[in-house]
Amino acid sequence: MPKMTIDGIEIEVPAGINVLQACELAGKEIPRFCYHERLSVAGNCRMCLVEQEKAPKPIASCAMPVAEGMVIKTDTPLVRKARNGVMEFLLINHPLDCPICDQGGECDLQDQAMAYGRGFSRYAEEKRAVTDKEFGPLVKTVMTRCIQCTRCIRFATEIAGTETLGGVSRGEHLEITTYVEKTLDSELSGNLIDVCPVGALTSKPYAFTARPWELVKTDSIDVADATGTNIRLDTRGREVLRVLPRLNEDVNEEWMADKGRFNVDGLMRQRLDRPYVRVDGKLKPATWTEALDAIAAKLKGLDGKKIAAIAGDLCDAESMFALKEVMTSLGSGNLDCRQDGAAVDPKVRASYLFNTTIAGIEKADAILLIGTNPRWEAPIVNARIRKRYLKGGLKVAAIGPKYDLTYPVDVLGAGADTLGQFANGSHAFAQVLKDAKAPMLIVGMGALARPDGAAILAQAKAVADACGLIKEGWNGFNVLQTAAGRVAGLELGFVPKQGGRDIAGILDGTRKGEIEFVYLLGADEIDPSHFGKAFVVYQGHHGDRGAHRADVVLPGAAYTEKDGTYMNLEGRAQLAMLAIFPPGEAKEDWAILRALSEKLGKPLGYDTLDQLRTKLYQANKRFQRLNAVEPAFWEDFGHMGSMGAGSTDAKPFASPIANYYMTDPISRASATMAECTEAFVSPKKKTGTHG
Amino acid sequence: MSAIDRTIRSFFLKELVKGMALTFSYVFKEKVTINYPYQKGPLSPRFRGEHALRRYPNGEERCIACKLCEAICPAQAITIEAEPRDDGSRRTTRYDIDMTKCIYCGFCQEACPVDAIVEGPNFEFATETREELFYNKDKLLQNGERWEAELAANITADAPYR
Repeated sequence: MPKMTIDGIEIEVPAGINVLQACELAGKEIPRFCYHERLSVAGNCRMCLVEQEKAPKPIASCAMPVAEGMVIKTDTPLVRKARNGVMEFLLINHPLDCPICDQGGECDLQDQAMAYGRGFSRYAEEKRAVTDKEFGPLVKTVMTRCIQCTRCIRFATEIAGTETLGGVSRGEHLEITTYVEKTLDSELSGNLIDVCPVGALTSKPYAFTARPWELVKTDSIDVADATGTNIRLDTRGREVLRVLPRLNEDVNEEWMADKGRFNVDGLMRQRLDRPYVRVDGKLKPATWTEALDAIAAKLKGLDGKKIAAIAGDLCDAESMFALKEVMTSLGSGNLDCRQDGAAVDPKVRASYLFNTTIAGIEKADAILLIGTNPRWEAPIVNARIRKRYLKGGLKVAAIGPKYDLTYPVDVLGAGADTLGQFANGSHAFAQVLKDAKAPMLIVGMGALARPDGAAILAQAKAVADACGLIKEGWNGFNVLQTAAGRVAGLELGFVPKQGGRDIAGILDGTRKGEIEFVYLLGADEIDPSHFGKAFVVYQGHHGDRGAHRADVVLPGAAYTEKDGTYMNLEGRAQLAMLAIFPPGEAKEDWAILRALSEKLGKPLGYDTLDQLRTKLYQANKRFQRLNAVEPAFWEDFGHMGSMGAGSTDAKPFASPIANYYMTDPISRASATMAECTEAFVSPKKKTGTHG
Repeated sequence: MSAIDRTIRSFFLKELVKGMALTFSYVFKEKVTINYPYQKGPLSPRFRGEHALRRYPNGEERCIACKLCEAICPAQAITIEAEPRDDGSRRTTRYDIDMTKCIYCGFCQEACPVDAIVEGPNFEFATETREELFYNKDKLLQNGERWEAELAANITADAPYR
């Protein structure tokens, strides 16, 4: 631990950090443009110059490692003059278009020009102009504003792992561009906007919409995937205008995937804003009383065995808990939160959690991916794996199709047969896992959400046991969930009760007419043809697949419009706050269920969200321990009663996500996501040069 | 002396005569009042009257939706919404001023980087209904067109002092 003196303050700092970080530890603010804590050091903006005793000239603090006995001065006339000069040079070619720049108000250059600049320019010659580049439908470029800090290049190369950005030419002619007119094909491209210290890269869908000072900021949790990315919702009036990531070192660091960031325009389209009741085959607008009466009339005298409930992917824990209690009061055990039929064992937490935790990936040294494309199913998890890969010494192998995951992956086989070779230890990579200090296995929904999923889960567990993935203080068995509400549903027991039907059983029942009433809580991923003649109630926020089939539609709140608890794939409970109110007559979901229970004559025992939460915490304490992960016990699982292990299918694994940009009702309603699908996923249009 | 003097003064109503003389003298002096609707007093080029949104000589609206006027407005009388126009430029889709909230402080024209929003010399815009005082973009641009000559002259006159 070197000791150094910063502005007269003696401080002991960890070895290996740089002078800029040391100054921050001493509480001194150092201006910077190119330096970013999570990117490699470039040292090209020269804004972080500080004075070092016995050094002949100011040093770039971001590029200077700390040393014993260093004496640093951060606020001397020399330093001020140096910053002043650097600022003037940066502003020589920076246009004075702050009034029309979207970064205005949250711009590093603006702020630092105010703090360290001279307030006027001595430069009267012509400024340089750079042509704008096409970065696709998400990132807008105004390259004249670029100060060549190269943060975007380093982000794309290091974190996103798409080496498409780079600088061409030198000196005044340096331009940041994609290599040969490519768009930015990355799920993390939105972070370039955050990383850019000036207004060169801004958000295209948000262009010119609002100023940062007029937005109301609310902390929330992203539901576009199961990562549980910590986000901040920026709202004005009744509209969420943009989403930004919040810092959470254990989950998303400071990054965020594009789907959650850019699908918010979907929250304004296709919304259910009033109840509907199907009359003569057509959905007619109705009042809340009429809609609830219609449900109560249908449920009157109906046997609990003929009633079923399915919870969707975006549900908060509170609403699922309320629906579970309603179903219990109706005497029904037919409930499931696994729309896709993923064969995880709800009794054993280790069978459905990402046990290693996201931060734990950084300790791993061998990873086996089974039927998953983490780049699309959880881009933040994939970024962590890449972060680990960049440190060196990581071996990654996959069973399933070959995907470009931004790090090298050995594809060992296509399906369950290869997995079988691991269980009996005959596969070569099994030895790699055995030899590894911290081996990991990640099973995706592509392997579990199929008819033979239970058998695959059993096999995966056998592999985990056989290859020594479970050690003292290390659990290398991971399930990569894709639905934001899934883990909470499994934790609070939104699964078939003793003798109840699971999702396959429910759909079988509706087809055969054994189940006459289905309650869909935001469940949109089920083919409506399965429901047969059943009476379907859909409670949710978007007019998607579920609402089209429904006999009664109850308008609920999207994740931005309610206080809700979400549990991410690690089993980490996190709170999302209400940012705006639901549109029209829509209500918060738990309140709808409370009103329905009143109509059914079996009122739930709570009138406020706080009372509901008290009950929820009584039922499961893990929802109360916010932002904490409780390690799961490694228990026996893999041979579940009703599912039955059975034998595996030879069918190759495939990721359940065919189009990253459209996986849930919100993103399907989003125009931005439609543009992304067009730009990145749909087969590229052929041009004349394609022969 | 004093008793006789006082009696004579009060007998001849000296104070009254003096007062009336002063009053009468004003008959011959220049009038300070003006015949208001037909005559008007002088206005400073800095007079802060009714708002207007100006255009460039080529007809392009000046306002670039930077929202600085909205931010500075102490009465929060200005509401702006913006989006990219078809040609990609930054423009307002809505520019409302609630003239009943406005306190005519002139901060909006001070904040405007392009001299788009200005407070012109017009102070005669009383209306019969409250709603008529909720100005929208059309009304403000109309004002700009109507008053452009005066607005431009005022800005030129004030330019040396800025």
